[in-house]
Amino acid sequence: MAVLVIADHDGAHLRDTTLKVLSAAKALSPDIDVLVYGAGSATVAVQAAKADGVRKVLTAESAGLNADIAEDVAALIAGLAASYDTIAIPATAAGKNFAPRIAALLDVSIISDVMEVVDANTFVRPIYAGNALETVQTSDTKKVLTVRPTSFAAVAADGGSASVEAASAAADFAGTRFVGEEKVTSDRPELGAAKVVVSGGRALGSAEEFHAVIEPLADKLGAAVGASRAAVDAGYAPNDYQVGQTGKVVAPALYIAVGISGAIQHLAGMKDSKVIVAINKDPEAPIFQIADYGLVEDYKTAVPALMAALG
Amino acid sequence: MKILVPVKRVIDYNVKVRVKADQTGVDLANVKMSMNPFDEIAVEEAVRLKEAGIATEIVAVSIGVAQCEAILRTALAMGADRGLLIQTDQDIEPLGIAKLLKAVIAEENPNIVLMGKQAIDGDNNATGQMLSTLLGWPQATFASKVVIEGDEAKVTREVDGGLQTLEVKLPAVITTDLRLNDPRYASLPNIMKAKKKPLDTKQVADYGIDVAPRLKVLKVAEPPKRSAGIKVADANALVAHLKTAGVL
Ligand SMILES: Cc1cc2nc3c(=O)[nH]c(=O)nc-3n(C[C@H](O)[C@H](O)[C@H](O)COP(=O)(O)OP(=O)(O)OC[C@H]3O[C@@H](n4cnc5c(N)ncnc54)[C@H](O)[C@@H]3O)c2cc1C
Repeated sequence: MAVLVIADHDGAHLRDTTLKVLSAAKALSPDIDVLVYGAGSATVAVQAAKADGVRKVLTAESAGLNADIAEDVAALIAGLAASYDTIAIPATAAGKNFAPRIAALLDVSIISDVMEVVDANTFVRPIYAGNALETVQTSDTKKVLTVRPTSFAAVAADGGSASVEAASAAADFAGTRFVGEEKVTSDRPELGAAKVVVSGGRALGSAEEFHAVIEPLADKLGAAVGASRAAVDAGYAPNDYQVGQTGKVVAPALYIAVGISGAIQHLAGMKDSKVIVAINKDPEAPIFQIADYGLVEDYKTAVPALMAALG
Repeated sequence: MKILVPVKRVIDYNVKVRVKADQTGVDLANVKMSMNPFDEIAVEEAVRLKEAGIATEIVAVSIGVAQCEAILRTALAMGADRGLLIQTDQDIEPLGIAKLLKAVIAEENPNIVLMGKQAIDGDNNATGQMLSTLLGWPQATFASKVVIEGDEAKVTREVDGGLQTLEVKLPAVITTDLRLNDPRYASLPNIMKAKKKPLDTKQVADYGIDVAPRLKVLKVAEPPKRSAGIKVADANALVAHLKTAGVL
């Protein structure tokens, strides 16, 4: 039976994440619909309709959906669930917020962070900060999954010609009110989708130093900027930059870790990168155990030299 | 105001886990176990609300093996007033835990459930959301700031791209993110005092709730190992290698 994929978008563009979840959905069923909810859904639906393999696109907007209120998003999706046997949700902060609610509404278990689809009922997911991979088989008739986008290749963004239809959103949940948001704006690529990521750690010592050292290197490489928890906690970088078990999971072609020791929790978010570079003055730092190329040097000399070598 | 704090006993976050050779799970024998770090943050937040005169009672609940009592004692030493252990040797999935917690809440009637956003063993990030759904209460997940104003909580949440602030009507479920606070260490006198605080023990069977697993774990495997890398002499050598590898 059919799969409903929940789109990830920024109000104007369908994110690459969605195309990756679509490829996980393809391994489950040939019948794939996409739900685009929230402000801008009409614009984004047109893009989703072009994605390879999509049968139908549903759209929905309401005050609660536009503010990404989990109660409203989950109620909308659970209301559509009768027509689907699997609901596949990108494992983003937003997806993790509402997905378990859908599962609870349907009285099924949640299967979080799917990295591989073995068959329609069997999935591989990471546990213990990615230090073990469990293969689970569900006995639930309906399945609610969050999908780790970095574990799947994107389907083609073009070629499809799905129909677009409006779905009716339920009334907004009365117990929760949106007050406001503070978004970090940046011209750099998004962390989750970037081909190159340059991350800074505690070694940077201050927000000024983080700006002065990490950002120019990232800009030179057209890279997104990431950070360790230590750097975020110390206020050198915003929380949204955190890479790791409890931050973002990235798998770029190139990951450069500057002044990051390589704690288990950090590695959980970047060890599937294709090529890992570590710049650290401590030759014993655990990051060197997983780095393809390690440079044992003070970042204060190594990064300027790297900038020069890049030309 | 009463606060309920669910706490989980997990492998200590510093331990490098080992997958069992027969691929049935992770080796937990003789491994250091601790309170899940996010739950420590939840206990700390509850204690701060009590110190601020907002909360009057804090009840810590743990579901699991008999040794979870030690985790509850830690919560009591940090400032929780009472503990409840719901004992079982079974591994219960987030949905089953949420159902058990709902039954506890029906008895305890807390105004707030404060809990961790995820446990560092299963990494599910689901129990709080499921619990609030089953209760019909609002949820505020991944909290980095909590302000209680009358019968509402104003919660700043860590979301993709930055921060979001929500106001939720109490009773509500709030899950903690790392930056909410720095949990205190329990002092020796408080550890001694915690030994005398009330701690009830019940069995999962006492609740008559179906918590049978829906997921069967077919195997637990080690993730693919990365092949060992090399140390390079300087930035020029690094750039040359990256060009050869095709990533520049
Ligand atoms: C529940 C939990 C969840 C967590 N989640 C995450 C997460 O998602 N992401 C995450 O990153 N962490 C996470 N952590 C924290 C993690 O355990 C580490 O504390 C953190 O990653 C360390 O950050 P760091 O490597 O920047 O700092 P440190 O460990 O302090 O490392 C700094 C490194 O910089 C090097 N250095 C110092 N000066 C220089 C210099 N001049 N030049 C070059 N190198 C230098 C040092 O040799 C050292 O290796 C979590 C922890 C817990 C308990």
